[in-house]
Amino acid sequence: MISVFFYLFSFIAVFSAVMVITVKNPVHSVFFLILTFFNATGLFVLMGAEFLAMLLLVVYVGAVAVLFLFVIMMLNIDFSSLRAGMIKNAPVGLLIGVILLGEIIFSFIGMKYGIAGIPGNELFVQLSEVENTRALGKVIYTDYIYLFQCAGLILLVAMIGAIVLTHRRRENVKKQDAVKQTLRSKSDSIEVSKVEIGKGV
Amino acid sequence: MFDIFYNENFLAFIFIMLKIIGLVVPLLVIVAFLTYAERKVIASVQLRKGPNVVGPFGLLQPLADGLKLFSKETIFPTVSNKIVFLLAPMVAFSLSIAAWAVIPIADGWVISNINVGILYLFAISSLSVYGIIMAGWASNSKYAFMGALRSAAQMVSYEVSIGLVIVTVLVCVGSLNLSDIVHAQKSVWYIFPLFPMFIVFFISALAETNRAPFDLPEDESSLVGGYFTEYSSMLFAMFFLGEYAAMIMMSGMATILFLGGWLPPFDIAILNQIPGFIWFAGKTSLMLFTFLWVRATFPRFRYDQLMRIGWKVFLPFSLLWVVLTSGFLIIFDLLPSSV
Amino acid sequence: MGKIFRSFWFIILGELVSGMFLTLKYMFKKPVTINYPYEKGKLSPRFRGEHALRRYPNGEERCIACKLCEAVCPALAITIESEPRDDDSRRTTRYDIDMTKCIYCGLCEEACPVDAIVQGPNYEFAKESREELFYDKEKLLENGDRWESVLSNNIQKDKQFR
Repeated sequence: MISVFFYLFSFIAVFSAVMVITVKNPVHSVFFLILTFFNATGLFVLMGAEFLAMLLLVVYVGAVAVLFLFVIMMLNIDFSSLRAGMIKNAPVGLLIGVILLGEIIFSFIGMKYGIAGIPGNELFVQLSEVENTRALGKVIYTDYIYLFQCAGLILLVAMIGAIVLTHRRRENVKKQDAVKQTLRSKSDSIEVSKVEIGKGV
Repeated sequence: MFDIFYNENFLAFIFIMLKIIGLVVPLLVIVAFLTYAERKVIASVQLRKGPNVVGPFGLLQPLADGLKLFSKETIFPTVSNKIVFLLAPMVAFSLSIAAWAVIPIADGWVISNINVGILYLFAISSLSVYGIIMAGWASNSKYAFMGALRSAAQMVSYEVSIGLVIVTVLVCVGSLNLSDIVHAQKSVWYIFPLFPMFIVFFISALAETNRAPFDLPEDESSLVGGYFTEYSSMLFAMFFLGEYAAMIMMSGMATILFLGGWLPPFDIAILNQIPGFIWFAGKTSLMLFTFLWVRATFPRFRYDQLMRIGWKVFLPFSLLWVVLTSGFLIIFDLLPSSV
Repeated sequence: MGKIFRSFWFIILGELVSGMFLTLKYMFKKPVTINYPYEKGKLSPRFRGEHALRRYPNGEERCIACKLCEAVCPALAITIESEPRDDDSRRTTRYDIDMTKCIYCGLCEEACPVDAIVQGPNYEFAKESREELFYDKEKLLENGDRWESVLSNNIQKDKQFR
């Protein structure tokens, strides 16, 4: 039964991955990207990695792909002109693909035959013993805590950098201060004064 | 060849199917009557009577509405993207139903008791933005598109604070399983120690389900109907049902995270006699009533203020509470023991 | 003090909560709705509804074809044609009101020297076609006959204020 679902998910995943780069309409290609993520989630669940599956769904499908969709819908980029250099760039893309495939094969061999020095090997053992959420937590927050913190800092720097680059202070802009507005009372804003006739305020 | 029908797996499959039907059918009925309840509540706040003609006390009004929508013509705008246009309400509707697979209605009354239940709920609620964004894009209409963009930005922003609220609860529980979360509240419901987080969760849930006062994606006065402007008949009905089912789902989530799920308020014999699903239903209805009550009370937010609250108030506030809660738990050594 | 209290009130969302309780209070008040087709609201004697042409108690029609109503009508809804009758009294041969034009201002009623054209208390005369709303003299007189008791009563009540 599981094998049926495995083939279903992987077939749809591969199919929609191909569709991502072949469909004409960029919005459709994002939809296919989402479908790919979805099926990858299914594959994760079949492997018993439910935590990773849900994270993939929350982070990639729920947030990142929404922003992709947002940008593509808003910008109205002429994608046919971007596509023009496809033949020229194809060898580079192919090379990267081959390298990625090689890495995957390498780590699989490492897992299967227990070659020493390949990280992830010991994780493979742990996964079968405890809940994978816990196992993942242990690996990230104890063994690799410094690397994890480092990654967090890099992302923080990237975020601050993006804000610094795009933020500009504009002069003479009136801004609403909600707290100030709410705390304003009648005595702050209204003054009743007796005005003598002919004198003015 | 036909052996498959007689083996154990097949029976299990039938059993699961029956469970799903047993959950979904009452759910849809509740969704239908939620629309009735909403109209009645808002009417009574406004000193009106609400639907009272169809059936006793107007109780058959949702059926009449459904029949009306069913008999209407499905209109496809000529410039729309037909497939995506058709797909969008299905996505919106099925996602809000799918969330109920993991919600425990009573002790053990759950279709799939998975280890990462709360993450699953969170994922589903973050996915529901797709139905809206697809509808807005496929309609090829400016109002629908504006609605979809507003909704996407709003839902993505408020997910962040919902996520942090969930983290706070999870720090106290030590498990992602929904049933475990409820069991952990045996002594005290999390609404009491984490009351500010409950408020943050509730307000974010309003924004996440596009309910008043944050119903900007379907803002009649500026966007006609928002993302479902171009929809009619059953396609519209599916959006409508999906929205209300999402409301019930969010109320259920609040019940599980903060109100102790199916547990009675006091652990005494008489209250324990009452079946759990009644407690669950009661608490969820209370949350739902608050949803309607809020809608009847507050005017709609301006969009920039909505974003300001999400990013500048709720995000720092809930982050602070995550730190405070975990600090408190560590200092007093109350962290849930790891299994 | 005031500032501190206000800050506190703001932090606990005081305004929002008190607003919520106000609406909760209103929820349990009695609805003011009238069940329209079965219950109806009270009407003033001056209510300006459907038009009617009245008669004298002896059956003679009041209208003397002075055409003041036609002249005063701001919507040009009234059309009158007249010629002397056999007994030499001025009477209308045609008295039409286009109810789709009428704005129910009541000026015809004010202008009438003999209380012939009046606006009665009937407001439920919706029709399915436009043509049915082009009232002629016959229809207006029939309205007058039907509503006469109410109409004369209303005029009587309102007399002291004129």
